[in-house]
Amino acid sequence: MATTPAAPESARTTGPVTDADGPPPSAPSGRARSAWERLPVVARTAIFALAFAVIGILIANGISRYRDFQLAEIAAYLVAVAGLTVLTGLNGQISLGHGALMAVGAYCAAVLLLHAHLPLVVVLLLSALAGGVAGVLVGAVAARLRGPYLAGATLALAVGLPEIPKNYKYFGRDEGLTINPPLPPGWLGTNAPIERWGAYICIIGAAVTLFLLANLSRGRVGRNFRAVRDDEIAASLAGISVPRTQILAFTVSAACAGLAGGLLALVTPTVGPGGFSLALSIQLLVAIVIGGMGNLPGAVLGSIVLVYLPSWATSISNGVGLSKQIGANLALAIFGGMLIVVMLAFPGGIAAAVRRTWWALTSRRRPATTIPAGP
Amino acid sequence: MNARRLAAIAAGTALLASACGSSGGSSSNAAGGGGASAPGVTATSITIGSHQPLTGPAAPGYSEIAPATAALFAYVNAKGGVDGRKITYNYQDDAYNPSQTSTVVRKLVEQDGVFAILNGLGTPTHQQVQPFLNSNKVPDLFVASGCVCWNQPKQYPWTTGYQTNYAIEGRILGQYIAQNMAGQKVGYLLQNDDVGQGGKQGLDTELKPADVVSQQSYDVSALTSGLGTQMSKLQQAGAQVVVGFAIPAAFALAELAAAQIGYHPQFVVSSIAADPYTMGGLLQSFSKGAAGASLLNGVITASYLPSFTDTSNPWTTLFKKIHDQYDAKNPFDANTIFGMSVGYNFVQLLQKAGKNLTRQSLLDAVNSADLQGPGLLPLTFSPTDHRGYEGEQMAKIQDGNLTAFGPVYKATETGPITTYTGPQATPPANF
Amino acid sequence: MHAFVNYTLDGLSVGMVYAAVALSLVLIWRSTRILNFAGGAMAMLTTYIGLSLIDRGANYWVAFFGALIAGLVLGAVVERVFVRPVENKPPINAVIVTLGLFTLIEALAGMIWGNSKSRSFPAHFSGNGYRVGTTRVAFAPFDTFIVVAVALTMVALLGLFQYTSLGLKMRAAAFEPVVARLQGIRVSRMLTLGWALAAAAGSLAGVLVAPRILPLSPNYMDDVLVYGFSAAVLGGLDSPVGALIGGLVLGLTREYVGGYVSSTYEIEGALVLLIAVLMVRPQGLFNRIAPRRV
Repeated sequence: MATTPAAPESARTTGPVTDADGPPPSAPSGRARSAWERLPVVARTAIFALAFAVIGILIANGISRYRDFQLAEIAAYLVAVAGLTVLTGLNGQISLGHGALMAVGAYCAAVLLLHAHLPLVVVLLLSALAGGVAGVLVGAVAARLRGPYLAGATLALAVGLPEIPKNYKYFGRDEGLTINPPLPPGWLGTNAPIERWGAYICIIGAAVTLFLLANLSRGRVGRNFRAVRDDEIAASLAGISVPRTQILAFTVSAACAGLAGGLLALVTPTVGPGGFSLALSIQLLVAIVIGGMGNLPGAVLGSIVLVYLPSWATSISNGVGLSKQIGANLALAIFGGMLIVVMLAFPGGIAAAVRRTWWALTSRRRPATTIPAGP
Repeated sequence: MNARRLAAIAAGTALLASACGSSGGSSSNAAGGGGASAPGVTATSITIGSHQPLTGPAAPGYSEIAPATAALFAYVNAKGGVDGRKITYNYQDDAYNPSQTSTVVRKLVEQDGVFAILNGLGTPTHQQVQPFLNSNKVPDLFVASGCVCWNQPKQYPWTTGYQTNYAIEGRILGQYIAQNMAGQKVGYLLQNDDVGQGGKQGLDTELKPADVVSQQSYDVSALTSGLGTQMSKLQQAGAQVVVGFAIPAAFALAELAAAQIGYHPQFVVSSIAADPYTMGGLLQSFSKGAAGASLLNGVITASYLPSFTDTSNPWTTLFKKIHDQYDAKNPFDANTIFGMSVGYNFVQLLQKAGKNLTRQSLLDAVNSADLQGPGLLPLTFSPTDHRGYEGEQMAKIQDGNLTAFGPVYKATETGPITTYTGPQATPPANF
Repeated sequence: MHAFVNYTLDGLSVGMVYAAVALSLVLIWRSTRILNFAGGAMAMLTTYIGLSLIDRGANYWVAFFGALIAGLVLGAVVERVFVRPVENKPPINAVIVTLGLFTLIEALAGMIWGNSKSRSFPAHFSGNGYRVGTTRVAFAPFDTFIVVAVALTMVALLGLFQYTSLGLKMRAAAFEPVVARLQGIRVSRMLTLGWALAAAAGSLAGVLVAPRILPLSPNYMDDVLVYGFSAAVLGGLDSPVGALIGGLVLGLTREYVGGYVSSTYEIEGALVLLIAVLMVRPQGLFNRIAPRRV
């Protein structure tokens, strides 16, 4: 990112922001690089979002139904993780309540699909809108609060909000709502599994979200986010409204969570209060920590770990022959251990650590074409 | 966002591809294994799956169910299996978390290719997968929950219940109160979900509205602050009988809260709460005070399976023998009886479905089932009735024993309550 | 009237436990400016250690003080090993490390003691309420024990901070570390001691609430932590007295909402109160630091 403040400075103020960490990549060749660089940001991000969607859809076509379901889950969580990583990494606000904001979007989607006959795109946009509206409200409270108080308010949200639908028959009480998942359109082929269509929808949703967030963080809004994160007084002296910027960041992030909830509701295809516990909010944090806060590509890695870790843990414990008592807690232990280890050893996230190693290796191999190492 | 970061997104996507592709091929199991007629069935084996709360809030007590079922299968396998096929019971932990249930069951069906899902536990959890299992035509048998919702054979032909549902149980308990505690004031203690709603539905059909003086409910998620206010209100309303449709932990808390304020109503509780073993373990904490396991004395409940303390019942002795051989590290209690009965009834269904086992032949066996087994009455199903057990016998807890008394009642959610007078089955000699 | 008395007494007993958790969080906040999300899990761990002592034949008081001592040790170890490296980093790093500890400790406890045992922690005192006239009120000898134990702990800690030179050193280390260091105070030791005392206060809450948790499982402190946390925030995070009042206010709110509105709205009621207070006083009830302007 061109306008990112220098790494030491951002590390001092908010720590694990990895935007400017590590040396720049090796340039393929001067001419190609400048041609690429001359493209406007919108075009570059659009190309990559498109590539992301195409690769995702190609993968979806080549795998089993169960893998399609997991792919859809990964893409849906990615939407929420990407939103949260922008809030925490770029704007320096923490939220323990994003699981609850996902619930807002999920219930919104489920109610609309059950009672209104709207096009799917509209349903998903309304889910994002519902999340965004909830985000404005929370953000308005949040902007008045500093670190610990903000964490406390969002914690209350994470615990309190999923309790509300339990009291209303309209929301299906404890059992939640079951919806009819959208059927695959004819052009997908007659035998296309419903899970594949779900994966398509989620991948496209994720691609659009990444595209929007990438442009947002690259532009003026993103600069304001970072300016407020780094120094509120300096930011307000520069004419940036600190609370308004923070509310905006929370709203954007909450809209992502709402969309993620709506997408998840489509693929599951049920929505219940039990699915949006505090544990989910913490897992979203795990995902952004693994990927590196504020790091959108890292969010992809974080979402994959989020979805896959439980089944990896089960295979490990079955493979090694651990008792059920230990096996059942292994995923949880790894989640917790990862948070600690990453925070203590690689505060930039695992993705950044891997990337740095990669560059270290490649720059040694081709020193001539590499720009001298950065910080 | 510059090229480097987007390149990293692409790299992430490729990583995702490898993660997804790594074992994508194994799903071919789901289409059928070893040339057999159905997924999860070979000439020598049947693999079935389940989701169970091995951890989390519902684990105490209920986590013993699946090991008991597995123990019964191990016993059957040691005797050669069913039609030469050994049963593998692949039960997975969902921590009673509905979103985990969804993942676990999809994995069992699509990745591990199980033949059927047996005894998935819990209403909010299993409701997450009921549509999925039915749209994929996967037998979804003996759901471990008394929700009336499993009996929707038109919409969900592949799902059946097992235990006597909460509405029927509410009617039988309500009838007992109306007949034997006439004129007494009754209070309800209801779990704020299908357990409480089903129970209330049944109780309301049998009790006069004027006799019901107070209805209290609680959230499972709010149990850490106890049931003090609820029991206070029941006491003030003057309820002499408290009917509880609650999980064991909540009933134990209700007992403690009642003892605290010196309130001693006659407790009448659902069979899901009435496990003296689990309850006794829960109530140890205040055993130095007047409260303790003795609090349970005189509690009235109902049952559709033999009591684990009834050593004269041949099923109980058989299950104890199997337990000691294959499941000895778990306690022998009402959950063990439940798990083994599920296993026994399922083996009966497999036998009925015959050697040429398919998902359809199993469903056909279900729809004409009249299984004489451990149940106090036969387990019957028809194409229009997927309830499960449809009756219960009253029982009382005394000194840690659960003792049945009176006739076995038979009922559905509406219509008359009749008495079952047919024979009680005994285990076959060769079993 | 009888109902009101019972709700109030219930709220008092529950509120004292929340106050103990809040106190533990406040002590840590004061010494290191860190919110300890692992506080509940640490208290749970020490309670299970106490329970293991009872399983090995120890009596209640050995288990009780064993748990408190385990709390002291655990607090010191956690501060030295996990918290020290993030102490001067942005607050978000510490939040994440303590969330990681919370998850890790619960998982380890599940591995060691299991998640599915139907067991409970014994109470040394009767749970039967005192007799008043012909009825019993919702306050038992065990509740008296809870109130007295928490109150004694608070008085002892206040005394330590206000009237001993050690307490003075600890306050100096927390509020003016540079000056304190120049005065020859070993600041890092003081911070470790602050964590140890805080964790012991948390252990007290864990042991006191455990007998009423059925069944005991490794996540039993989660709820209690959320309320203790809300109580601490309500009280202003910097003030032990605020923690006590915050705890009582939350406990009473829960019971009154449960009693007079609906028991299915207890959780929402308490949390709405928290957010409402934060809207009006973003710095909590008992904190003199100026609020932030919006």
